[in-house]
Amino acid sequence: MKTFEFTTYTSEETIRLAEKLALLLRPGDVITLSGGLGAGKTTFTKGIGSGLGVTRMINSPTFTIVKEYMGELPLYHMDVYRLENSDEDIGFDEYFNGNGISVVEWATFIKEFLPEERLDIDFQLKNEDERTITFYPKGDAFEKICEELER
Amino acid sequence: MGETMTKDQYILGIETSCDETAMSIVKNGVEIVANVVASQIESHKRFGGVVPEIASRHHVEQITVVLEETFSKAEMTMADIDAITVTEGPGLVGALLIGVNSAKALAFAKSKPLVGVHHIAGHIYANRLNKEFTFPLIALVVSGGHTELILMREHGSFEIIGETRDDAAGEAYDKVARTLQLPYPGGPHIDRLATEGQANINFPRAWLEEGSYDFSFSGLKSSVINTLHNAEQRDEVLKKEDVAASFQASVVEVLTTKTYKAAKEYGVKQVLVAGGVAANQGLRKELTSKFADTGIELEIPPLHLCTDNAAMIAAAGSIAYNQGHRAGWDLNANPSLDLEKYSLRGQQR
Repeated sequence: MKTFEFTTYTSEETIRLAEKLALLLRPGDVITLSGGLGAGKTTFTKGIGSGLGVTRMINSPTFTIVKEYMGELPLYHMDVYRLENSDEDIGFDEYFNGNGISVVEWATFIKEFLPEERLDIDFQLKNEDERTITFYPKGDAFEKICEELER
Repeated sequence: MGETMTKDQYILGIETSCDETAMSIVKNGVEIVANVVASQIESHKRFGGVVPEIASRHHVEQITVVLEETFSKAEMTMADIDAITVTEGPGLVGALLIGVNSAKALAFAKSKPLVGVHHIAGHIYANRLNKEFTFPLIALVVSGGHTELILMREHGSFEIIGETRDDAAGEAYDKVARTLQLPYPGGPHIDRLATEGQANINFPRAWLEEGSYDFSFSGLKSSVINTLHNAEQRDEVLKKEDVAASFQASVVEVLTTKTYKAAKEYGVKQVLVAGGVAANQGLRKELTSKFADTGIELEIPPLHLCTDNAAMIAAAGSIAYNQGHRAGWDLNANPSLDLEKYSLRGQQR
């Protein structure tokens, strides 16, 4: 499967990229975000939210694991970090097959629940201002979305 | 609410949103008759945080025990209860469900009114068990999942004027504590170490745009982690006490300054502090000195009412009940219940 690389220099650019992506997503789409602290995962999620028309503040879901937001499509923002030591299913099916967009941080901890078709996105901080954001589409539909984004 | 109400009112509160199974009976919304909290902290320590699955299992085991203990301490029976109030959100969905379903079962079996309560409304109302509210007021809510400034113009009305854009203050405490290899929960350990150290490392303060009451702690957290990492690379040893003191100084200064500015701008009569981080001694001290001689009353609940408990749920639930809120049998756990939307329910009557 092809990969797609984007470089952003400001958080506004990261948000714009995410907003563009949000407009191409369909109900039930699952996106995973990986990368270190301060690499831009939360900023990117804010961008997806803004693209979906969410007006509420999007902040860390770490404490409750899932935060749900209402936009033109519902947005489910998950941080499954604390599920590392358990094989718990907190109803992922309902989110992943639901009417909204799921954005999952620390998704490697719930590999067995992730759908095969999804969009994995990795964030790497090159230096203070430069980030490389790499898209790994899984499935034709997501590859098309990435091609559209690159145009 | 009738002025002719002379009979005492007894509200049962149920709270299971995270890692405490709690029930309480509160008289007339302000007086604790019984308050039982079964904590699970020991079970979650080895994971360095609350594990949802384990939390739910504990709630199931504890809930009937806590129920019996509550009524036996109060020397009352269900017949004495006017309404059953329960945390419906936000929180961990599996944990919330135990409380919500217990409340529904009790209300159905005993034909009692059922009222859903917002967890944060509960934390704010913990203060009313101590001191009557004077409006308008501002509540600073700081916990593991929340950092918010909330304006209240009257009972049951909540306007969020500032909130965190990334991590909650308590979350930053937990992550920094983990980096310093302190046991879970990290907040109290950092608070204790801070008193033994010097705030000699200049960590950033995120003030955000002029006039904003929002918060951001993610940059601070990264800065602490980077500072420790860089010191390690240079084979330097930073005193944990100094790191704790410097980190805490940053958090406390931002929380105190923003609360003070908001209190002035909105001309409030009272400032309430709520949530688990309200137990933090550094924060208590700084707020107390900031609001001394301002004419604004500062209320911080006693330690046992800062952390999760059900007396606060009964206190907030009592207001909702008297304002006419009633939940149907379709009441469900709502892990992302919105405080402002919850607040509007009262105005749609």
